[in-house]
Amino acid sequence: MKNIQANNVDAYYGENHVLKDITLNVKEKSVTAFIGPSGCGKSTFLRMFNRMNDYIEGFRKEGEILIDGKEIYDKDVRVEELRQNVGMVFQRPNPFPKSIYDNVAYGLRIQGIKDKTRLDQAVENALRKSVLWDEAKDNLNKSALSLSGGQQQRLCIARTLAVEPTIILMDEPASALDPISTSKIEELILELKVDYTIIIVTHNMQQAARISDKTAFFYIGELIEYNKTKDLFTNPENERTENYISGRFG
Amino acid sequence: MNNLRKNRLIDETFRYFGIACTLFGLVMLAIFIGKILLDGAGRIDWDFIMSLPSRKPEKAGILTAWTGTTWILGLTAIIAIPIGVAAGIYLEEYGNKNRLASIVEINIANLAGVPSIIYGLLGLEIFVRTLKLGGSLLAGAFTLALLILPIIIVATREALKAVPGSLREASYGMGATKWQTIWYQVLPASSGGILTGIILSLSRAVGETAPLIVIGALAYVPFIAKSPMDEFTVLPMQIFNWVSRPQHGFIVNAASAIIILLIITFILNGIAIYLRNKWQKKINW
Ligand SMILES: Nc1ncnc2c1ncn2[C@@H]1O[C@H](COP(=O)(O)OP(=O)(O)OP(=O)(O)O)[C@@H](O)[C@H]1O
Ligand SMILES: [Mg+2]
Repeated sequence: MKNIQANNVDAYYGENHVLKDITLNVKEKSVTAFIGPSGCGKSTFLRMFNRMNDYIEGFRKEGEILIDGKEIYDKDVRVEELRQNVGMVFQRPNPFPKSIYDNVAYGLRIQGIKDKTRLDQAVENALRKSVLWDEAKDNLNKSALSLSGGQQQRLCIARTLAVEPTIILMDEPASALDPISTSKIEELILELKVDYTIIIVTHNMQQAARISDKTAFFYIGELIEYNKTKDLFTNPENERTENYISGRFG
Repeated sequence: MNNLRKNRLIDETFRYFGIACTLFGLVMLAIFIGKILLDGAGRIDWDFIMSLPSRKPEKAGILTAWTGTTWILGLTAIIAIPIGVAAGIYLEEYGNKNRLASIVEINIANLAGVPSIIYGLLGLEIFVRTLKLGGSLLAGAFTLALLILPIIIVATREALKAVPGSLREASYGMGATKWQTIWYQVLPASSGGILTGIILSLSRAVGETAPLIVIGALAYVPFIAKSPMDEFTVLPMQIFNWVSRPQHGFIVNAASAIIILLIITFILNGIAIYLRNKWQKKINW
């Protein structure tokens, strides 16, 4: 079922109340886009699904976040396991300063997997899925930093896929890339949606419209509108949504 | 208009003043090194390096001194590096960022500025007397390790701080534990900075004399140290001993020994600078 379910979620950085009473469900094997003006809390919300906010001092969460019906902030949840299941791709490509192979194998190695054939196979699979295999297969031992920005971002996706997550979070994954690399990432997302549940934060309305099934519009910490992408973009229910998507503010 | 000219004059004056100050430092250093080279370079040969000390200046050598320095350097490194790096990692990555932590932090920074003779007194009390190590290499190494620990801790913390947050996030995002993230990502990325700090601290230890005099290192040691429990001397002590002798021959010896000591320090610092440059290039991703 792989449902993500957020019930009445509030989030705070110290005194700063950045997410207010958010309730939202995400269906498995779909693409959900989070849009909204800068600072409205998209990243904060996204990063709650794999608990990346845990390291931020003063961060506090209220309400429920359930994945497959299980509260992920419960004490008995191992956060490392959670993150193997819920992978993340960041705004700026951040490959490890190691070889391409080592980047993709990292997630498995830290799980204690050493078997060479198994690692080789996993690296190849992940690179194929992220459509980087043809470009990288002869350079697996080259530094990941020698790749272009777009290739680095696809490598980061491959690295995430290698640990076989079911959910992938992407925080503006294409905002630091050129148009061609961006469209490659978009194609990739559409392919991945067959097997994975994807949530993507984007500032690019066309991008949200092109690749997502559902779109959530946030405004100063509140979820204003959450609907099928087509409906939200053609027929927004809320005036603020309409103003935002038509570019009148934000 | 008048004001502008005045400002420009001040500007120019300060420029020349600055150049003069810089030149003063450089010229003094050049004169010093030139004089040392003139006095001592001719005396350096294989015999000088491989001879035991002697009452006759032309027979005396620095064998015990440089072997002692090497011993001290090695033992100090073995003691100080693991403790210093581990403490740095703990304080930076694990320690709470509360009031106590900031007090500890300020105190460590202060410790780096405590006069070295105080460390000598501490070493005398703890290692020489209480632990009964006597004036041995081990006592000297422990004392110098205390002296350079704060430098290593501070350098380690700075190097860890310089690792971009995106690298940690990437590792955590893959399901790595804190320790895995530190061990596989953060430490390799900061190793250049940590190594630089270690080498600079060791190069400081090489030149230290006062704490070793306090713990009772001898100026005249007629044999090579064979174990950490042996008595010892080091290059700066040998130099100190020679310059206080009346014969001109010993003054020449001292100059030669200074050249050797300078070479060792320059090499250590050179390695540190090389590593720092290499590391700075690497960290710009
Ligand atoms: N680490 C942090 N510590 C304190 N406050 C933070 C932190 N990160 C974000 N905030 C605050 O939380 C609010 C929401 O930030 P968030 O990064 O989630 O917004 P966003 O919608 O992702 O914006 P953008 O589109 O610019 O990325 C902002 O007011 C921001 O100042
Ligand atoms: Mg954001």
